[in-house]
Amino acid sequence: MTEGASERLNYEAAAEAEAATVIAPAARRSKYQAVSITLVSLVVFFGAWEGFIRAAGIPSYLVPPPSAVLVALEQNMTSLLYWQAIGATLGEVLLGFIIGSVLGIGLGVVLALSTMMNRIIYPYVVALQTVPKIAIAPLMIVWFGFGLQSKVLIVALTATFPLLVNTIAGLRATDADRLDLLKGLCASRAQTLRYVQFPSALPYVFAGLNTAIVLAVIGAIVGEFVGAKQGLGVQILQANFNLDLASVFSSLIVLGVIGVILNASVRAFERRICFWSGRRQG
Amino acid sequence: MTAPIPTFEMRGLGLVYATSSSPVEAIRSLSLSVEDGEFISIVGPSGCGKSSLLKIIHGLVRPTFGAAYICGTPVNGPRPDVGMVFQTPVLLPWRTVLKNVLLPMDVQRLDRSVEARARELLNMVGLAGFETRYPDELSGGMQQRAAIVRALVHDPKLLLMDEPFAALDALTREQMALELQRIWITSRKTILFVTHSISEAVLLSDRIVLMSARPGRVITVFDCPRERPRSFDDLASPRLAELAKAIRHGLDTTQLVTVGGDD
Repeated sequence: MTEGASERLNYEAAAEAEAATVIAPAARRSKYQAVSITLVSLVVFFGAWEGFIRAAGIPSYLVPPPSAVLVALEQNMTSLLYWQAIGATLGEVLLGFIIGSVLGIGLGVVLALSTMMNRIIYPYVVALQTVPKIAIAPLMIVWFGFGLQSKVLIVALTATFPLLVNTIAGLRATDADRLDLLKGLCASRAQTLRYVQFPSALPYVFAGLNTAIVLAVIGAIVGEFVGAKQGLGVQILQANFNLDLASVFSSLIVLGVIGVILNASVRAFERRICFWSGRRQG
Repeated sequence: MTAPIPTFEMRGLGLVYATSSSPVEAIRSLSLSVEDGEFISIVGPSGCGKSSLLKIIHGLVRPTFGAAYICGTPVNGPRPDVGMVFQTPVLLPWRTVLKNVLLPMDVQRLDRSVEARARELLNMVGLAGFETRYPDELSGGMQQRAAIVRALVHDPKLLLMDEPFAALDALTREQMALELQRIWITSRKTILFVTHSISEAVLLSDRIVLMSARPGRVITVFDCPRERPRSFDDLASPRLAELAKAIRHGLDTTQLVTVGGDD
């Protein structure tokens, strides 16, 4: 298996090398250029921001300069309380994401396979989806309290829909030839699902997971804004209340980093599981 | 003295399907009897219902009239003793070549001895050493070879082939046709082979069924000489050249009739 995988990589590398022989040096140069342009523009942007605030004498409780944000970030990162907040939010995101994904995929399979269930359930799902989650959040707090549960539920609700829709789309988009192949082999419905429909739907499911993980972070912060004892959302609200905008900005940066890491993890997982997708079809 | 039951038979087969405007008659009263181990090619103009015919025999489409019989029993749906090769390989990209070829074993819960047979067949079509590769690492010809192995792995009584080489380049096509002849000579499967290529049909067949344009009917059944193996050079021999000419002439006539008949 490992051997097969490495051979596969070799094959890919060979194909890439073949395609890139003519343009390789130019492409590499433009890649370095792209990276250096991004870095330079970043430095220029933060420099201009810092310089403008100092020159104009804008007080840091209105707009904090990047240096103050860095100091706040360092303070937060060395505080155990802040790490507990990160842990709380991450826990809500991951738990809710997992529950929502399982729910969305499961419901998607049921709705894709049964026209009747689709007719009965789908309208409610769409109705629930059109209601903004922030409008449901207070209800969840009333029903499930200020603890972990209510936030996990809100996250799960936000994560369910993209998976539901993509699972249905994926299962329905299965290539007709592949279905004929299985039918011709006298496959049962369960076998057709297992051998062809599920794997064919996987790229769609992963597209849903990519959307859901980003929505999950939003859902967690929304939930924490409405009512929570701890979490990054609580940290942001408290810092905002104290007009400590540098700390608010630093929490936003932490949230951004968390979002990027979670999204990259889902994509890495996707590349492992759906290694065939996006390549030439057999 | 009773005649042996033919491996494949169709009696009065007809297919009419509904469209948004009016019903279309795709196939009209097809009858044919095929003996065990025969290689039959079906040749006809585009849209003569050749593919629909194979779908009926494969059990994927129900005929409107008549029936197809395999070993004396009518076809009421897909059956495990039939193998099918489609126009495209239809390999599953997430399975290795060996796993793709073993799909019939997984689906029909056959015992593991099939794997030995699969390896043997892969070896025969020159895919030994590619068992752990994925379909996208294979050329089009190699993919179609794997598809042929998949259709043979459960040892079907009847092999259906729906223009299996249509998607390949001319050179690969010829190689594949010769390879199919080799497979047929060693396995002596009963094969129904739908093709657009007269030379492929003449090279491979025991009998060639010429179908008319829609609605598809049998116009002529040509008998081929039985000596094997044949090469593409042999197609220049007087008998085979004559045969190819007759088929080409027959095809031209039915196509002329279509143009007239459509008005």
